[in-house]
Amino acid sequence: MAIIRFGDWPEPRNPWAEFERLRQGLDRLSRGYFTREAPYGGATVFPALNVYEEQDAVTVKAELPGVDVKDLTISLEGDTLTIKGKREAKQEEEKLSYHRREIESGSFSRAVNLPIKVDPDKVTARLTNGILTITMEKAAEVRPRQVNVITE
Amino acid sequence: MNEQELKVQHKKEVQHRGETTKPEKYFIPAVDIYETEADVTVIAEMPGISATGVDVNLEDDVLTIRGRKEEEELPNARILLQEYETGSYQRRFTVAETIDQNNIKASMNNGMLKVVLPKAAPAKPRKIEVKVE
Repeated sequence: MAIIRFGDWPEPRNPWAEFERLRQGLDRLSRGYFTREAPYGGATVFPALNVYEEQDAVTVKAELPGVDVKDLTISLEGDTLTIKGKREAKQEEEKLSYHRREIESGSFSRAVNLPIKVDPDKVTARLTNGILTITMEKAAEVRPRQVNVITE
Repeated sequence: MNEQELKVQHKKEVQHRGETTKPEKYFIPAVDIYETEADVTVIAEMPGISATGVDVNLEDDVLTIRGRKEEEELPNARILLQEYETGSYQRRFTVAETIDQNNIKASMNNGMLKVVLPKAAPAKPRKIEVKVE
């Protein structure tokens, strides 16, 4: 342990400074827990998803530019929707030198729990302009049903 | 084959751009740029942009690629989860090489824009022989 003479403390010394530092640290910690630091949810698993609910369907959208349809597998098991696939960088040219390389290639697998029960027989998936759209019709029991009132 | 896991790359908004009258967002697309002996190729990731919404422009050595979003998101839908934003794309590059302006080719496939900029004849490497006198 270092021995510090009483007179060596940096002047002026605020006895509350240590508490202040602690409080700031705790604030920072709670910010990280309760708010979203990264914009839009901060999904870390590729691909990022947008999920929408319509009157009688649930739509899942994902941005998958450069992913081939044949490299894409979508499965629905119970309430879990899984999107798997890979993106390959394909350059035909032989002798090339890269100036910038920002687009990554590799595999991905993302599972999402659907908050609404869907009919597994009525699922359609489309890939247009690099956007995957999966539309699932809601199961009959969760679909809104209109009740007619009869006057007597 | 590389079996690297893909990670989510959060979209970055274009900074220092004049305000637009429409409340739309412009993002910086991720790009690959590579050069061969004959040309410079730019590949940009622009999901959700159709071929008609793409605008490629080369003016005074500045290449501008722009992709305009056309279709709207589902209008009557309730958002349950939103992890990414949609919008238009724009990015500018200063091209150092002399480009043959008349033969620029751009194509759109699966949300990926590919622009091939062929080098103009003087920029192609030419060997100059040194004669001994």
